[in-house]
Amino acid sequence: MSDGSKALLQFPGHDAAYLLFRQGDLDAFESLFRLHQRAVYGWILRVVRNPAAAEELVVETFWRIYQARARFDADRDFAPWARRISTRVALDWLRARRPEIELDDESLAVLPAARAADPGVAAEIRMKTARAFARLPATLRVAAVLAVVEERPHKEVAEALGISVAAVKLRVFRALRLLRKDLERQGIRP
Amino acid sequence: MNAHDDDRLKQLLKQAVSPVETDAEPARDLWPAVLKRLDADTAGGARTRSRWVWFDVALLAGLAVLGVSFPAMIPLLLYYL
Repeated sequence: MSDGSKALLQFPGHDAAYLLFRQGDLDAFESLFRLHQRAVYGWILRVVRNPAAAEELVVETFWRIYQARARFDADRDFAPWARRISTRVALDWLRARRPEIELDDESLAVLPAARAADPGVAAEIRMKTARAFARLPATLRVAAVLAVVEERPHKEVAEALGISVAAVKLRVFRALRLLRKDLERQGIRP
Repeated sequence: MNAHDDDRLKQLLKQAVSPVETDAEPARDLWPAVLKRLDADTAGGARTRSRWVWFDVALLAGLAVLGVSFPAMIPLLLYYL
């Protein structure tokens, strides 16, 4: 990264870096990448819940970001725009995968969790719930995982998904309803 | 189903699908992979362009040969264009 690009990012709003990035300047792009890759990775990990896949999807996301640079509005912040693109990339990945093979003991174990599981809830019930959740349609799953599990504000989830706050609430409601039905079929009454 | 049931289901879901820790970060530097992806795209684009140039030349040559061999077909060809 050139010193010039580093210096540009010292200014609030990063206007100059944004403009250079829009013109295809790789140094400016690298600066934005270094600044946002961790947040983008964290966001994607929350959605796909697979560290190896999240790394690949970060690469895909920044590739798409670079391809779409001409559409970036330099008057706005980079982070929400990147989050929206990364959500789309993660959703594409989820749609392309069979839910049954997504969740196994190993993949659940490697995910860096914010808090330990409650020992009062049987491991089997947790696993059945996780599998039932993985069977939900990807659009509902993403809304529920971000709003309920990760407790992200509805507004932020709505912006990332490109839908309204009301639509996020509806997706969460539908996700919970379907999850409940699935669990009840398995004899679990939450 | 009421709000209390919903809360219990949400709690169960949080137990089953734990939140990701907030300071999670990639295990490796991903910038080289991004650059590689960009390079691959550029090379792929150049290959596609060169294929189209080759295809255009071949098509034009074919039409020229056809025109010279069967001049009577030229008005028919132009009609269908």
